[in-house]
Amino acid sequence: MNQKEKTIQFLSGDEALGRGAYEAGLGVACAYPGTPSTEILEYLSKYSEVDSQWSVNEKVAFEVALGAAIGGVRSLYASKHVGLNVAMDPLMTASYTGINAGFVIVVCDDPGLHSSQNEQDTRWVSIYGKLPMIEPSSPSEAYRFIKEAFQISEQFDTPVLFRMTTRVAHSKEGVQIAVRTENEKKALPMDISKYVMVPGNAFKRHILVEKRMENLSKYAETTTLNSLETGNSGIGFLTSGVSYHYIKEMFPDASVLKLGFTYPFCDSKIREFSRDLKELYIVEELDPFIEEHVKTLGIPFKTKENSYRIGELQPQDIPRIVEGLPRTEVKSTARKPVLCRGCPHRFVFTILKRLKVTVAGDIGCYTLGATPPLSALHTCICMGAGITVHEGLRRAHPDQKIIGVIGDSTFIHSGITGLINAVYNNMKGLIIILDNSTTAMTGGQNHPGTGQTITGQKAPRLLLEEICKSCGVTNVDVLTPFKFKELESLIRQRLAEDALSVIIAREPCRLIERRRSPAPEYVQSKCKKCGLCLSIDCPGVVKTEDGYITIDQETCAGCNLCVEICSPKALRQHG
Amino acid sequence: MGNSNVYNILFCGTGGQGVLKASEVCGVAAVNAGFKVKKSEVHGMAQRGGSVESHLRIGKEVYSPLIIPGQADFLVSFHEDESKRMNHFLSPQGVDFTPFLEKVNQLPDHRLVNTFFLGILASRLPIPEEHWHEAIKCVIGKKIDENIAIFRMGFAI
Repeated sequence: MNQKEKTIQFLSGDEALGRGAYEAGLGVACAYPGTPSTEILEYLSKYSEVDSQWSVNEKVAFEVALGAAIGGVRSLYASKHVGLNVAMDPLMTASYTGINAGFVIVVCDDPGLHSSQNEQDTRWVSIYGKLPMIEPSSPSEAYRFIKEAFQISEQFDTPVLFRMTTRVAHSKEGVQIAVRTENEKKALPMDISKYVMVPGNAFKRHILVEKRMENLSKYAETTTLNSLETGNSGIGFLTSGVSYHYIKEMFPDASVLKLGFTYPFCDSKIREFSRDLKELYIVEELDPFIEEHVKTLGIPFKTKENSYRIGELQPQDIPRIVEGLPRTEVKSTARKPVLCRGCPHRFVFTILKRLKVTVAGDIGCYTLGATPPLSALHTCICMGAGITVHEGLRRAHPDQKIIGVIGDSTFIHSGITGLINAVYNNMKGLIIILDNSTTAMTGGQNHPGTGQTITGQKAPRLLLEEICKSCGVTNVDVLTPFKFKELESLIRQRLAEDALSVIIAREPCRLIERRRSPAPEYVQSKCKKCGLCLSIDCPGVVKTEDGYITIDQETCAGCNLCVEICSPKALRQHG
Repeated sequence: MGNSNVYNILFCGTGGQGVLKASEVCGVAAVNAGFKVKKSEVHGMAQRGGSVESHLRIGKEVYSPLIIPGQADFLVSFHEDESKRMNHFLSPQGVDFTPFLEKVNQLPDHRLVNTFFLGILASRLPIPEEHWHEAIKCVIGKKIDENIAIFRMGFAI
């Protein structure tokens, strides 16, 4: 029997959320890929009833989904935590306009930074944006809660924040599924006072927003999203998200108030819960979000030592938190990720390392160019900053050799505006677009440059070189990084010129283009043990105990970069 | 503390070895056999040669998706270095799969190490064989006969 036909399916939090949204009659879903949220749209795109898209960036995704909700169709936005930062502009005003049909903003936080540049706690957005927040603790709750989220959105005329974390989004369990319910499509809205946010209208909407928060506070007291379990040990935990399961594992006899409707807070329920307890503990991952609020209620409680604000919680942390002990420092011994075998980015970073330039980097696989021994990337802040931080660094040091690097998907996401800014403000410099023709870091999603949509349908292909020329860049070159020597001399030439140049280093990602060539031959007698071949950080070049090397035949993709840089010529192309 | 009615299985290895697939097959088989299952892993770096681990917990009632150090009943390791790194998860009575790595070279296709390990695991778990076969079909989806043959080799150990 096929999994699809079963009523209990083994689903991840992302998939369960997708399934629940689908069953709730979801019509439009938009996202930009980002770990751990990517699988939500990948899952939803299987359903023909849902109009799914990879949007160009999160701001665009948010606005398209919001537009659909204003248009009267249930819609969903999904991104990782840092992605929501990009969409904060429409979010703050969408809180004022409200919606016509249900609109849910799904955001996946990444405590422990498994694959992120920071570990911000998005729960604060609910206070700042004056929006309700729902937090499931497991995939089955993600499935159940997302349905409620659409109802709440429509009942209170509000976008709803739906926050998951990596351990919810990427854990799996058996989820009982049901069938889809279609919703009646509503008419296009004609209410100018509701949807045109000029000062006069927005002022009146703000009054309604405050009223809405009062109503949501009342709702928080009664909703079943907040669940209470009474134990017999006299101690109680106030918690939210996956921490609940760690508490149940370690303190099965304790009372627990689990907030699934995290904001606005259910003050009366919290007061009542704390009344009969000998000791109340607040256990939450990352920031003291619940803690700060409970302080204002004047309820005595104990909570985690400050060191637990960093990183994700694990079940064995709970007894230590109860004892008031700090986190024990555990040194990670995990194998570090490296650029894949045969990765075209490795060619570019080998050149940049050799040229001893300062490199402004961006978000993607190529951020791995910063790890030793390559160490050839010097900043990484957010999407688009490869171009704009390059400009800033050059303004600070006009006499230095500085290069900006950015990926193809990232360039389309938010690099183009920075490039226009550089041209407009007469900036000279060199940007290398590391174009592997996919969104590689998140597993290879399509984007406008691939010429395919989320469902693999043909779309007009965006040509990055044409965009760069249109922006007014003086020199635009396209070259495969596999032409190592040509690329090196081109980079040297462009760096020496007083112009703004873009080099598009184009070669498909090795996870898509898996073609392999025979491994190079190694002549040990010619080897000077200089270590040049080891400096490229290739998993196929392995140092032996006697100081020589060996080419791991299983790993080697035959890209021959090691041959290119071996000056004693101990390595040579096969055949 | 901890729930003794739960089987804790920790799969570990490096990117591209089939660690996550093995854990998925076991999870699907257990769900189909009527168990409550929780599985937790981290995606993203898996294909870039980094360490890969997947926590799988099977029982009548399972809360935490993560295994507590010292409580893993099985350490299904695909790589000796990763075995050393994850060894503190193994319970004193737990089964370490590292010695089975030696047998991998005797397989007709050593890339199918994951189904071989699943066979060894299956002989030690209360999940009927039909659910394993079905899960292999459903999750792996290719070279079914070859995979099932290797699964049986593992089961016989």
